[in-house]
Amino acid sequence: MVELYVLLVLMIIGALIAIEIKDLLSSVIAVGAAGLALSIIFLILKAPDVAITQLVVEILALIILVRGTLKRDLPFSTTGRWLLNTIITACFVVIFLAVGMKCFKDLPEFGYPIMKVAGTYIQEGLQKTGAVNLVASVILDFRAYDTLGEATILFTAVIGVLAIVRKIGRKKVDEEIREEDEEEI
Amino acid sequence: MSREREKGMSLIVKTITRLTVGLIFLYGVYIVTHGHLSPGGGFAGGVIIALSFVHLMLAYGKEKAFEKLSRAAASLFEDAGAILFLSIALLGFTGGYFFLNFISKGQPFKLFSAGIILPCNIAISLKVGAGIFAIVVALVLLEFELEEEKKEEKKGKR
Amino acid sequence: MSIYLLCLIIFSLGIYCVVRKRNVIKIIIGVIILEYAVNLFFVLVAYRVNGRAPIFSAEQEVLNMVDPLPHALVLTAIVIGLATTALLVGIAMRLYEKYRTFDITKIRELKG
Repeated sequence: MVELYVLLVLMIIGALIAIEIKDLLSSVIAVGAAGLALSIIFLILKAPDVAITQLVVEILALIILVRGTLKRDLPFSTTGRWLLNTIITACFVVIFLAVGMKCFKDLPEFGYPIMKVAGTYIQEGLQKTGAVNLVASVILDFRAYDTLGEATILFTAVIGVLAIVRKIGRKKVDEEIREEDEEEI
Repeated sequence: MSREREKGMSLIVKTITRLTVGLIFLYGVYIVTHGHLSPGGGFAGGVIIALSFVHLMLAYGKEKAFEKLSRAAASLFEDAGAILFLSIALLGFTGGYFFLNFISKGQPFKLFSAGIILPCNIAISLKVGAGIFAIVVALVLLEFELEEEKKEEKKGKR
Repeated sequence: MSIYLLCLIIFSLGIYCVVRKRNVIKIIIGVIILEYAVNLFFVLVAYRVNGRAPIFSAEQEVLNMVDPLPHALVLTAIVIGLATTALLVGIAMRLYEKYRTFDITKIRELKG
């Protein structure tokens, strides 16, 4: 499992570069590199469906982010109380890590999952649905309500983006104001 | 003498786009229809189909992409995908309950097996592909007031 | 156990970025890193030593598969993350149009 550790360390380095660098375009590219490392980690963990989806969706997120940050690069300066804020945030992160590691002792050991429901899916999946790909049978036959909810979420997102971007008619308000001025005169 | 600025990217990018856009679209259709036999499914395939149209728009400018898939057509495909998915779910009532797998399950490893999964994958890919193309087109076409004023000044000076 | 610690470090890096940075685009990058960490944790829980991908093959030699249930949940979560990113970038572009800056300490009016 050496390659798993190497890729995880690469992901952490990519995330650190994306956070700390001042140029916006470079940080977007660093996030893209971290997403690519994540897709390869999914392949190593024997999850090919998830790897394909993660790679393709991350390319699309890069396109949207680059469109949003093009030609709008601003350098900014950090003003007062910077040291106090950083110390408080660092203390919070350290406490969070310590408490999190204490919680993770209850999880089963890495590599030996408890598969109660999934055992039934594996043994009866081919016979009950006829699909060879078990993940597709779980998404679209055993748990189809969740897929219906996700289609609704995508629909809402499209409506939301089109509502944000739409131009509200401003010329009509100006014309009305000019007409009122003419009547007063 | 004023030379109009050519839309889109350089000649190398346009040539490569012309060669590969059809292959990307075909690959997306393959991943959707074989969703129950090999990894993939409706979501990944739908995003790949949307990416082929976005590739065309990035390389050639938005008029060329609107020739292939206009905004009204994208809206129509998205609505058709959602209504198809819901109607397949409601047809399960004929057998007993919501989302029942009522089409017969053939033999495994064939293309027309696994009952309800193949039409559901196709419906989801239509919905996801058209929706994501609409999102990217809307974000690219958002023009600010300041940029519009600059363009009008340039036209006025000429 | 150390693999879970590395995943938790990525999560805390995302939280640090959302809390501490002043540029709106950096906050969006922090949210993306948070989503990466959560999806990674789900797939890590599902792994099984010497397992296979959850797809049957023609010759049935071994039936030792990884857990397919978290794969289905993560597949949904990745596409939802894309929808969230698109909405956030749309809001950020509208903010830039109104206030001419991405700095959140200078965006103070509550009127829309």
